[in-house]
Amino acid sequence: MSAETRRERAAHIRQLLDTEGENVHADATHINEARYDAAAEFEAYEELRTEAREIKADAIERLPELIDQVTDAVESNGGQVYLADDAADANRYIEEVAGDADSLVKSKSMTTEEIEVNDSLEAAGVDVHETDLGEWVLQVADESPSHIVGPAMHKSREGIAELFNERFDPDDPLETAEELTAFARDWLGERIRDADVGMTGANFVLAESGSIVLVTNEGNARKCAVAPDTHVAVAGVEKLVPSIRELQPFVELIARAATGQSIAQYVTTLSPPVETPALDFDDPDTPLSEAGIGGGGDGGGSDGNDDREFHLVLLDNGRSAMREDDQLRETLYCIRCGACANSCANFQHVGGHAFGGETYTGGIATGWEAGVHGQDSAAEFNDLCTGCSRCVNACPVKIDIPWINTVVRDRINRGVGDASDASDAPEFDFLVEGLTPDEEPGGLTPRKRFFGNFPTFAKLGSATAPVSNWLAGTGPSRALLERFLGIDRRRDLPQFERETLVEWFESRGGSRVAAADADREAVLYPDVYTNHVHTERGKAAVRVLEALGVAVRVPDVASSGRAPLSQGMFATAERHAHDADADLAEHIDAGRDVVVIEPSDLAMFAGEYEKFLPEKSAERLAESSYEAIEYVYGLLENGAERAALRRGDGERVAYHSHCQQRTLGLEAHTVAVLEGCDYDVLTSETECCGMAGSFGYKQEYYELSMDVGSDLEAQFTTDDARDRTVVASGTSCCEQLDALLERTSRHPVQLLDPARER
Amino acid sequence: MATETVATFESSLDELGVGLTRTDPEGFDDALAAILDEPAVGVPLRIDGVSLDDVPVTVDPTLAELRAARTGVTPVGTAVATYGTLAIESSPAGDEPVSLFPERHVAVVREEDIVWGLDEAFARLDEAFDAGRDSVVFATGVSATADMGSMVEGVHGPTAVHVVVVES
Repeated sequence: MSAETRRERAAHIRQLLDTEGENVHADATHINEARYDAAAEFEAYEELRTEAREIKADAIERLPELIDQVTDAVESNGGQVYLADDAADANRYIEEVAGDADSLVKSKSMTTEEIEVNDSLEAAGVDVHETDLGEWVLQVADESPSHIVGPAMHKSREGIAELFNERFDPDDPLETAEELTAFARDWLGERIRDADVGMTGANFVLAESGSIVLVTNEGNARKCAVAPDTHVAVAGVEKLVPSIRELQPFVELIARAATGQSIAQYVTTLSPPVETPALDFDDPDTPLSEAGIGGGGDGGGSDGNDDREFHLVLLDNGRSAMREDDQLRETLYCIRCGACANSCANFQHVGGHAFGGETYTGGIATGWEAGVHGQDSAAEFNDLCTGCSRCVNACPVKIDIPWINTVVRDRINRGVGDASDASDAPEFDFLVEGLTPDEEPGGLTPRKRFFGNFPTFAKLGSATAPVSNWLAGTGPSRALLERFLGIDRRRDLPQFERETLVEWFESRGGSRVAAADADREAVLYPDVYTNHVHTERGKAAVRVLEALGVAVRVPDVASSGRAPLSQGMFATAERHAHDADADLAEHIDAGRDVVVIEPSDLAMFAGEYEKFLPEKSAERLAESSYEAIEYVYGLLENGAERAALRRGDGERVAYHSHCQQRTLGLEAHTVAVLEGCDYDVLTSETECCGMAGSFGYKQEYYELSMDVGSDLEAQFTTDDARDRTVVASGTSCCEQLDALLERTSRHPVQLLDPARER
Repeated sequence: MATETVATFESSLDELGVGLTRTDPEGFDDALAAILDEPAVGVPLRIDGVSLDDVPVTVDPTLAELRAARTGVTPVGTAVATYGTLAIESSPAGDEPVSLFPERHVAVVREEDIVWGLDEAFARLDEAFDAGRDSVVFATGVSATADMGSMVEGVHGPTAVHVVVVES
């Protein structure tokens, strides 16, 4: 990315923060909280997530078979199925079905957004009307959706009122949500009555019975499906599930994940052509029973209505290739609930138009865009995923969304990249070349190389400190770093310590607790930051562990690979993973525990390593690794002397956990340990600090990073929090907090350090 | 029929802002008449002992009557107590439009067709699918949208729903 591109992107993000950020923030955070409540009060949630994932995995595995089955089922009901290769193919078919229709009413569907069917139909002379209120607002405004579920989430009531008043010039200007809704209902009701064709998407398609399942709150999908006599449903092939017997978990999950409702207002299972009389509003005086030939007045029995026509368009558009792709396949499990977007701090602040590929937005959009529109489309917003992993627990089908984002990032690195990337790469590679022992291709941008090889730079930084710190801090250096690496000069750089943690540990003569006298022996994992920058927290951790009777080692161990992984540098990350595993294996063999201070490194061990290492090695490392305070918690639970730690005496603390630490379910341990040691803990409700590793350093994202951080700042500057000691678990969280607040933050282990001054 | 199931159904409906009237076949006509907003349209109830013959409801309406109606009356095949959900089967008589177009939907359910949760409802749905009755709407509460800046009830579907439970 050239400096100019970065400036443009920064300007675009700034503009979105100003215009759409506020509305998106209110809605997305509200829905996100509702999702938490809905999940918490629903006991079967986790079990159903597992079940739903298994059903989807099986359905995608058996996809060709299910396509044949649904084709037979729909045809035997009297409908048609068309398997469309791509957007053009689908549109051609739909246009044929529409024939000489004058108008068509649509229920919201991302799949039809994907093929841009509205443009195609309009060009063929068919008036298309979106009937979902949010989608209709966008149609009137000529905008694209900013969210999978709430397409107009970025628009305010005032903005919509202004738009409607200008566009429709009603007798009395519209103002309230009720007035706007009533107006939309009437206006669209008329379009539904006049329509020749109804078009819907499908949340699920049941192969055995040829049924389509529509999940809505407004009722418009039901009307579009049954009011006109012709119904076209457009669905990606991935929407197939075997039968009605597999539907229940999704019905229980989808609304909870999407909006926090226990169930959507309408879950409609239709096996078209349905028996419902076709409603011909030009002929108002015929009784319903005579409108088309059904089976009579009572009883059920889906004999179909002979006046009805039904077409199911199953869209491939890259999905078969995604199915063959081991890394992108999981994207096809997606049920389009939007929970990944709602849970994403960046999305909450800047909205879907910043995440916009051609169609999809939010976390899972990278997978969709890469699969259906190609890598270039995904590349536009791939950077916005900071890998915080909050969406992992949000996803009702347990898709590892950050992993997909990282995979695509690696592929973008290896691809030609966009023109702006290529333009600055070779020329300024001298800045980082030679210092970067990575396995990555030549086209990789210097900035990615820099952040991906941060461990190497950290080593150099420590070796040459304090000169390196002074040099990096000078005006000309910052200008150079900003211009060529896009490192924002407003962000403080890490200050390297001359003596690394490993060196300090050696020079003090190793552990003060001999292995022979200890019940447990632990390796304190010297992550890059703890070893070179925040050595204080490493030293505190050593003292805390020793105080609790643990024999400690701080060996020189390879870095985890988090830095290159964040940049999508897979090969480099994989090499780090193998090195780190090899370095730690001897300790695990000797029965030592691995204690990790940096939560993002622990998350690597617990999660991503299974992709890089042999299964047994990954499992063993994951099982032997503990987050530092989680480990302290375990020691205390097993009888270690709490009195050996520095007591809080009621010290008031404001604590912000780390996103990946929360995903791993480890926040509570820190709170419990601190409270147990008599600290008065206020926990941050804000889940994200907005920094996420290198994200806040990047020039184009600096302002977004600070905007996300402003929520945390607000909570920690209230009357109750302003005089509290600030504590955070992650390096980048601390860096962000230091930028946001006047007080300096520290790691919780530093509070417990027996050597801490009172 | 466990009393607990009906009580749970009633409280689920209450949370959704949906009213419930209990009656038996003898009291049905009066009970229904009391909650209708006229003009009303309906479809045959397919429930033994009760019908729309002696109430002011137009069965098998024309489209003009459907459009003018303030209330639509339909039977409900299965109701789910824990969610307050009503399963409305699609039929040639027009259950779908009658339950959807008028601003008020009156749903009539036999007490014995109220099941506890979605597990039981899906078991019944599975049976219905096997029998060829494979178009059904699970309707929960009234239609709603938040697309216009705050939550508004009554969008494309009904603004009000009322359930009549027929005890045997």
